Parts: sequence; structure tokens; C-alpha cells
Amino acid sequence: MNLTRRHFLVLVPAAAVAWDSVVAGTPEAAPNYKTSEHWWGMLVDIEKCIGCGSCVRACAKENNVPDGYYRTWVERYRITEMNGVESIQVDSPDGGMNGFPEVNEPGVKAFFVPKMCNHCADSPCTQVCPVGATFVSPDGVVLIDEKYCLGCRYCIQACPYGCRFLHPEKHVAQKCTLCYHRIVQGLTTACCENCPTGARQLADLKNPNDPIHEFLRHHSVQVLKPHLATGAKLFYNGLDGVVR
Amino acid sequence: MPTNGFMYPNEIELQWSVLIVLYPFLTGLVAGAFILASLERVFRVDAVKPTYRLALLTALAFLLAAPLPLQLHLGHPERSFEMYMTPHRSSAMAMFGFVYLWYLMAVLVVEIWLDYRRDIVVLAQTSKGLKRLVYRALTVGSTNISEQALAIDNRVGWIVTLIGIPSAFLLHGYVGFIFGSIKANPWWSTPLMPVVFLFSAMVSGIAAVLLLYMVLNRLRKQPIDMRCLDAVAKYLFYTFIIDFSLEMLDLIHRIYESDESFRSLDFMVHTRLFVSQVMIQILLGTVAPIVLLGVTQILQLPEIARKRIYALCGCLTLMGIFAMRWNVVIGGQLFSKSFLGYTTYKIGFATREGLLPAIALTLLPLVILWVLVKLLPPWSDAEAETFASSGG
Repeated sequence: MNLTRRHFLVLVPAAAVAWDSVVAGTPEAAPNYKTSEHWWGMLVDIEKCIGCGSCVRACAKENNVPDGYYRTWVERYRITEMNGVESIQVDSPDGGMNGFPEVNEPGVKAFFVPKMCNHCADSPCTQVCPVGATFVSPDGVVLIDEKYCLGCRYCIQACPYGCRFLHPEKHVAQKCTLCYHRIVQGLTTACCENCPTGARQLADLKNPNDPIHEFLRHHSVQVLKPHLATGAKLFYNGLDGVVR
Repeated sequence: MPTNGFMYPNEIELQWSVLIVLYPFLTGLVAGAFILASLERVFRVDAVKPTYRLALLTALAFLLAAPLPLQLHLGHPERSFEMYMTPHRSSAMAMFGFVYLWYLMAVLVVEIWLDYRRDIVVLAQTSKGLKRLVYRALTVGSTNISEQALAIDNRVGWIVTLIGIPSAFLLHGYVGFIFGSIKANPWWSTPLMPVVFLFSAMVSGIAAVLLLYMVLNRLRKQPIDMRCLDAVAKYLFYTFIIDFSLEMLDLIHRIYESDESFRSLDFMVHTRLFVSQVMIQILLGTVAPIVLLGVTQILQLPEIARKRIYALCGCLTLMGIFAMRWNVVIGGQLFSKSFLGYTTYKIGFATREGLLPAIALTLLPLVILWVLVKLLPPWSDAEAETFASSGG
């Protein structure tokens, strides 16, 4: 191998970046994780979302999500206003997995809204589960025990955000787990890790050093359907009033 | 095109099928039939006495079949028992299991047994072979049919019926609560839902017993007791008026309030639900029978005309109440919770949750009722003999 000094100097920083990435993706040992020390949520910055669908693809791959069902998806809103009357058009082809077809419409307000389970503190889905197969973990993540779920689908009806579905083969309810298998290892979720613009940020509301606190102090942050008082922990920055 | 506008991607597939439509329909018939039976027992309405036992057996037959559509619908039916073993106390569905069991075991079975105890003991003594064994088992070792013992049966039966009325209210009110308590779904979420379910249950139960009474008497070639039929029809009319008023109250309230869901729901009623809601449920299934029954209350019609009107009203009512269950269950899933789109329900035929099992589960209670009527004839001894000799 003929390696010049110049090539070597270029490769070393690249290798360092690659190594850093490998280390970042290596799970830490779980025993130190204490559920009582965390209270998880997520921050979505609408202004940063470019609708690329990386989060949807990453989620599907990480969690083996069946085709046609979504633990996370991205919606595109296009709003036109004429004489004080708003016309709203929303699309989400394949959950926004492969991005969105380009449209060039002058005078249209357009933006993307990533959606997923809101990991509600007072979640209507856990309230209705007849056997308690779905529950809020002590660290604030709504989870489903697949070995216990009856497949009655009451929780799917009770979710105001359309985040749940019945797995076509396992015949149990499924939804976003906030990549629980990752966050207990000290990693972030697959969607956050793959977001190229940092529009999605995992937030630990119990960690005083988490930047979420600073962000919430300085921004007008909203949750979806606040009138339903679900205690949603999916916080949106720059959320338009028309989004449901 | 299966969808219009925008649905959340997981919403496109409907979760609760025709089997879940069937479930409140069947439990409604139970509650209604029982409340009709209790009219005679508790409120001493003698005119409806000929339907008393038939109403009880109808309630039992439908109650036995009611959980089957649920069981067939579950993703994991083998785990359904967990609902009793480890119930989640905040879940309306989990608590319903106990309400169901209470109603079946503590009310209906006890009341029927007490009412039939004398007949069962007599049949255990007079019948032969396998029948004798069945009746002997049904006596549960209680063979004392002295006047004193029967008086106790009667007294206890009265108390059970008294407990049974609120239990029947609870049974079907609870079914309404399962839907009415879902705040995520504005089509369902109303405190009126349990009350509307309850009164529609009474309407359907009374109509079912009325029809069954007419059909069975025809099969048995027995004259129909018109005093009884008129009384049952009168109760059907009154209950229907309350039911219709409640449904209209709900509708007017929604229109007047016009909350954020209104435009979406209004569009749905005028398009995808127009036939099943406006045509079948409201016009054919409610307004038409109320008007026809009203005519029988006002005009002195001949017996044959009244019979025909009652039979027609019974059929229209059952169709209307089934449409009401359909519009609640299926209608509640046709619109998006984003209020921006609509999906379609496609019913399968010979699939697990298709039309065929739905038809089979609708007919099953009638088969159970036929067995129950054979085993425990709901009419007097003399009539029963005629029934047996005519081949029933």
C-alpha cells in the first residue's frame, strides 16, 4: 500500500470521526440506568424539519415496523388563505418515508410536522386497556407488553393522535417505544439520531442539564390537542394552530 | 378510492368491524327483554304476563351469545381470560366483564331458575331417559315444591328482579360508556351515550320479544293475546319516544354547539352515513315505527291491522336499532381524528370478521332460544302439551 504523508493526514481525522460515530452507536452498559431518574419526552422543531423522511426510515428499520404501518410519520401541510377562509391540504405519502413530491405553489404556507406517540403522562390508551398490557413506565414512556395484549384494539380507538396500530402478524397493538431499548443504554432514539437537521431531540425532563429546559424557557412550545389534557410530552416548537 | 382527504396513516384500516356492531346489538336485546319481563314481575303489569317467561329466555339466549363476537374479534382470544384474572381497574372494558358475569350468574340464571323450579321438579319426575337426567341436574337437588317453598321462590325471585332492573340498566349503560368515554373520538364522546344506548336497548328488546311472541304463537297455532300485544306495543311506543327524544337532543346539541369536529362529522352524515343513518336509522327505523305505533294508539284499528302494524314495527325497529349500532361503531371510525379526511369500511364475507360469521352469530341466539324453549317451555302446562304434540 502506497500511503503518502498527505493521504495519511487526510485519513486520520476521517478515521477519528468514524470511530467517534462507532463509539456513539455502541450501547453503554444498562445496569446503571435508573428509571426513577428520568422522565422522557421529545422536542420537535417544526422550523427545522425538511420532510426528508429519514426519521421514518430509521424507525422502520430499527423497530422492524411492518409495511403500511407507522410508529412515526411526517405530514406536510399546505395552507392557502382567501378572503379570510383557510384551505388546508395535508399529505403523508407512505408516512413521508421517502420524502414528498415537490410542489411549487406561490402564496402557500407549507411546513412539515413529524408525528409519533406523545408518551402522554395521562395517556388515554393506558387508561382503557382492559388488562393493563399497555402502561406508562416509571421514566415516562408508554409501552406495550406484547405477551399480554389481547388485541382488542380499544387503545387504538382511545389514542387521539392515531399513533397505534394492530401488528398484522403478531395481532397485538404496537406503537413508538421511544426506542426504549436504546435510551436505557444511554443512546438517543433512531429517529433523533438520523434527523439531519436536529429537528427532533430526545428530552429528559428530569435531567436538569438537559438543554430542553433552556429551550422551553425561551420558546413558545405547544403540544397537540391540548384541550384533551393527555399530558402529552411531544413538544412542538413553531406549531401552527391548524395542526391536529 | 378508499379514502378522501387526509387520514393519519394508521387510521386507514378500521379496527372495529361488524362483529363489534353486533355486540351492543345483542346485549341491547338482553337488557330490553329483561326490562320488559320485569314490568310484569315488579310493576305488576298483568297484561304483559304472557311474554314474561319468553322475555327471560330471550334475554338468556342473547346474553349467552353476546360475548362471542368479541371473542372472535380479539387478536389473542386465548388471553381473554386475563380480563377476569388481572383486570385493569381504570378500563371500562375490563369492568364490563364483571358486570356481564354478575348479570348472567347473579340475576338472569337465578331468576329463571327460581321461576321454573316447580316446572323443573315436575318434569324431572315425569320425563324419562336423558331428559330426566337433564331436569334432575337442573333441580340442583332442590326438589321441595310445597306451597311454602314456592312462596319463598316467589319472594326471592321478586327481590332478584328488583336487583335485576338496575343490573340490566348497568349492563347496557356500560356498553354505552365504553364508547361514550373515549374523549379522542367526538362521534362517541358524549355523556348521553350510555342513556341513548340504554333506551335504544329497551326499544330493541321489547320489539324482539313482541316479534318472537307473535312468531311462536303462530308456530304453535295458538291465538295471540291481543291485550298483551297491545300493552307491549304501548310500552314500545313510549320507550321509543324517549329514545328518539334523546337521540334528537344529542343531534341538536351537536349542531348548536358546532365544535371543531362538527364540519367533519356533518359531512360524514350527509355522505358516507346518509343511507344507514338518515334513511335506515332515523326515517325507516325510528320515525316510521313511531308514527305507525302512534296511529294504533290514536285510532281504533281492527285486530288484524294492529297485528300487521305491530309486526312491521317490530321488524323496522330491529333494523333501525341495528343501523344505530352500525352508525355508532363503524361511523365512529370513518372519519379521521385530524378532521381532514374519511376512510371506507369494506366488509369481508367468509372471513374471520366478515358477513358470514356475523350472520351466524345473529342466528345463534335464536338457536339457543329454541333449545331453551324446548327445555323450559315458557307457557302453561296445557299450552306446552299442545306445543309438544304439534311438533313445536
